[in-house]
Amino acid sequence: MSELKLMKGNEALAEATIRAGADAYFGYPITPQSEVIEYLMSERPEKRTGMVVLQAESELAAINMVYGAASTGKKVMTSSSSPGISLKLEGISYLAGAELPAVIVNVVRGGPGLGTIQPSQADYFQSVKGGGHGDYHLYVLAPSSVQEMADFVEDAFDIAFKYRTPVLILSDGLIGQMMEKVVLKDQQERLTDEEVIKRYDTWATTGKTNRERNIITSLDLVPEKMEARVHKLMAKYKKMAEEDLRYEKIECDDAEYLFVAYGSSARIAQKAVELGRAKGIKVGLLRPITLFPYPKQQLFELADQVKGILSVELSAGQMVEDVKLAVEHKVPVEHFGRTGGIIHTPEEVLEALEQKIIKNGSIRHHKTRESSIL
Amino acid sequence: MTEEIIIAGFGGQGVLSMGKILAYSGIMNNQEVSWMPSYGPEMRGGTANVTVILSDERISSPYLKVFDTAIILNQQSMDKFEESVKPGGILLYEPQGIYQHPTRTDINIYQIEANKLATEMGNKKIFNMVVLGAYLKIKPIVELENVLDGLKKSLPERYHNLIPLNEKAIHVGMDNLKTKIFQEKTVTI
Repeated sequence: MSELKLMKGNEALAEATIRAGADAYFGYPITPQSEVIEYLMSERPEKRTGMVVLQAESELAAINMVYGAASTGKKVMTSSSSPGISLKLEGISYLAGAELPAVIVNVVRGGPGLGTIQPSQADYFQSVKGGGHGDYHLYVLAPSSVQEMADFVEDAFDIAFKYRTPVLILSDGLIGQMMEKVVLKDQQERLTDEEVIKRYDTWATTGKTNRERNIITSLDLVPEKMEARVHKLMAKYKKMAEEDLRYEKIECDDAEYLFVAYGSSARIAQKAVELGRAKGIKVGLLRPITLFPYPKQQLFELADQVKGILSVELSAGQMVEDVKLAVEHKVPVEHFGRTGGIIHTPEEVLEALEQKIIKNGSIRHHKTRESSIL
Repeated sequence: MTEEIIIAGFGGQGVLSMGKILAYSGIMNNQEVSWMPSYGPEMRGGTANVTVILSDERISSPYLKVFDTAIILNQQSMDKFEESVKPGGILLYEPQGIYQHPTRTDINIYQIEANKLATEMGNKKIFNMVVLGAYLKIKPIVELENVLDGLKKSLPERYHNLIPLNEKAIHVGMDNLKTKIFQEKTVTI
């Protein structure tokens, strides 16, 4: 039976982690996501399900504990906020290289450096363009409500095990700290080693019995073998794009202008859509739910319908690059976003659309483009 | 129906918990709700505010620039949020500590002397419930029954013995609401 509660995004995520049958959580507190570990500790999950919750001595320790637990086929999570995720990136690259399933949560705050504890979306590049070293990607889910903070935990574990890949839940201080109604799912049983093998095959180091030994490593010094490993990763990412791309279209059917926004900015942009439509501006919103894979084709197609696109993000302009790549110069694309922990208001977002796209007419840009082709 | 509210005051006045009780009441009333706090260092002794939205529809932005109602509990918040009330909207404030009273004439202004009333009731901590009562008198967006259910949900069980006191405070707030008259320019604090 499902259960209705009023919870903070961070708390909903933590509760959903216990209910998803996770085996372990390793973390280190940092604002604005400390409620995750705080909630997990207070719930005594070791008594509820046998789940291990441990405050590590550092972010580095936490991510390597994740590596160890994931190697044995366990459902394991860590969470942090921006500076802490930077510390974890070495381990995240190793997880991707060793093809280990794990869920990493980033409740983003403003940067660079220690920055601010207020909400931000300036970790987009870090999240979708690698972040750590080497040819890898994370499957990136961007929740935009407290309900999605809860729902995406199970989805993230499913993807992590389907592809044997680390999955990132990219939230931010706004979604983490706000409270909304949330419907929680039933408790799932934690899997035994036998069930893990049955469900996900025998790659994990569950104790060798009658099989070849399994080796979990990201190291391969034979160039051809290492290249094959990279190609295998790339094949996974291609499959993700084909099978597990997620996005939401809001008021797009008759849209003449388009916002593209994820997470907290998607909520704000949705209000800007309401305000715009009340003024007679036919504007819609494309909300990427997965940031990798990215809804490139959907944007490419929408670009045939709309006159201009505004990418809205709490950053100085990161996702706008992917929007531009997807749109291939068919229509003008601009960025709008506040930084430093300031949250843009729906009014500011709508005004940016009017100033940067509608009034300024990117028709001008378009012509420049055409003339440069000529 | 959608009601967009900002509650703003000092940390420790019960601003966030008042918002939480309102949000719970909305849930009990089968509404969509959102509760978006200011968080971080500004809470400790400084200003605290929370945006609460109750709606019959899916709530888009939890973060807003303008509000149907502003509940203002100190001068800094008055400076910041008087201008954020939509024309025709509501501004409810606690006059203690306010030296620049609101001056807008295109909104409905109300006062509740919650500090004084709570002190008279012998428990300053129920200050926020007096304010909540005054607000519900102006805008009965949720039934009192839902508020009491909301209180039960948001208070840990060991405090449930305090629910009757909270209920009384809500009634005191309802009974002592004043409409603001624009006379006094300064009040000594």
